[in-house]
Amino acid sequence: MSSPRYWREIPQRYRLEAGKCTDCGNIHFPPRLVCSACSGRQFETVKLSDEGTVFTYTIIRVAPSQFVDQAPYAVGIVELDDGVRISAQIADVDLDALEIGQRVRIEFRLIQNEGEAGIICYGYKCVPA
Amino acid sequence: MRDVAVIGVGMAKWGELWDKALRDVFVETALLAIDDAGVDHIDSMYVGCMSSGLFVGQEHLASLLADYLGIAPVPAARVETACASGGLAFRQGWMEVALGQSDIVLVSGIEKMTDVTGDGATYALGTAADQEYEGYHGITFPGLYAMMARRHMHDYGTTREQLAQVAVKNHRHGAMNPLAQFPFEVTIDQVKSSVMIADPLRILDCSPITDGAAAVVICPLDRAKTLGDKPPVKMVGSGHATDTIALHARPDITWLSATERAAEAAYKMAGVKPDQIDLAEVHDCFTIAEICVTEALGFVDRGKGGQAVESGFTALGGTIPVNTSGGLKSKGHPVGATGVAQIVELTKQLRGDAGDRQVEGARVGLAQNMGGSGGSTLVHILEAT
Repeated sequence: MSSPRYWREIPQRYRLEAGKCTDCGNIHFPPRLVCSACSGRQFETVKLSDEGTVFTYTIIRVAPSQFVDQAPYAVGIVELDDGVRISAQIADVDLDALEIGQRVRIEFRLIQNEGEAGIICYGYKCVPA
Repeated sequence: MRDVAVIGVGMAKWGELWDKALRDVFVETALLAIDDAGVDHIDSMYVGCMSSGLFVGQEHLASLLADYLGIAPVPAARVETACASGGLAFRQGWMEVALGQSDIVLVSGIEKMTDVTGDGATYALGTAADQEYEGYHGITFPGLYAMMARRHMHDYGTTREQLAQVAVKNHRHGAMNPLAQFPFEVTIDQVKSSVMIADPLRILDCSPITDGAAAVVICPLDRAKTLGDKPPVKMVGSGHATDTIALHARPDITWLSATERAAEAAYKMAGVKPDQIDLAEVHDCFTIAEICVTEALGFVDRGKGGQAVESGFTALGGTIPVNTSGGLKSKGHPVGATGVAQIVELTKQLRGDAGDRQVEGARVGLAQNMGGSGGSTLVHILEAT
């Protein structure tokens, strides 16, 4: 991952900054320049809810190379309390006990490590609430 | 707009073609289609390919392939919409002939996926998902479809058994297709005890990594009658639609709305309804995908895709046989080639030329080819003449 790319995604990965359409109120994460609901172009920056429920999930057993040392690990689509859905890892959870509807909250975590001379990448993971 | 027909098809054995370069895989297949059509020249060419750049480090693909086929300087273009690139190439070729810009067009699809190591292929395929908001978190393609499967099971009671039945059915069909990568049958127990990839999906729920190409020759229907000696197959419906490529951004992650919309357009153009389709080739990149696709195409009601495979509705001999070629699951899935290979299978079926897996009396066939987790879809309807 290039440094400029990592740097420009920091507002979302570290601070959960989303764009709320000032016309229709839809919240977009990541922020967009055009609202996909109403075509509005004016947004205010809001922070995502940091709690939500597991909408669906899976356990990744065959992982990409940067994640091999974490496998098996749970990932899911989480519906946050503001209605926004995100994809994230679900950490610190018993893989056999995970279920749809489970309450989770967002924590700031190490996400992937690119290895020698690569970037150490941080961001959000979900953990049991 | 002119009516357009398929007059030639080509496909060679798919698999791990370590002894062949991408350009040779293409030329071998393209020549089969050209010879099948009986044409002495090509006016223009489209090639669908998802990622020759990541798989073999080669871009500028269409010119390279046109050169090696010996048809340069004709116009040649490579088109891409992830795993639906082949379907898109067919649509572009159809438009060009329909508009009168060219008469005889070669439409092909290709992917050479085994020149990279396993992880390289996983990475290349992963680029069809949202790299910044899905891939970043370690979510793989099997993972995305696994999450669809989990939710489909939760919402509609779809069972692990029904997922396995998709693989069993498509391998049963594929066992009758000598060009398939894995032309053998599998049992429900084999599927259910195969290695877990992303719960609940196991390795036998997943389509394989494949090298291969497919090609068809198309021309105006009125010229088709004077070219070649095989019955032309008429292109009667085409639809193309998009959706969010991030799965989490969709209101219903088990409903393939791009497939629904592309199908609506194709049905409308063809003037047919889902129950008039005699057979379909659909994008079963994972077992759950075929279940969701049969629903979005309107073959069965929402949530009933699992029951459809269980009852034999989608099997050879059933109401609408799905994936008589073996589908992506058994035939293989060289991503850019898949959409064109679906047209190859429909053409063989509508010519009455499909051998042991022939659908008796097949008149109307549908092909559904999608990219990523459903962010793009092409639907085509062909009719026997």
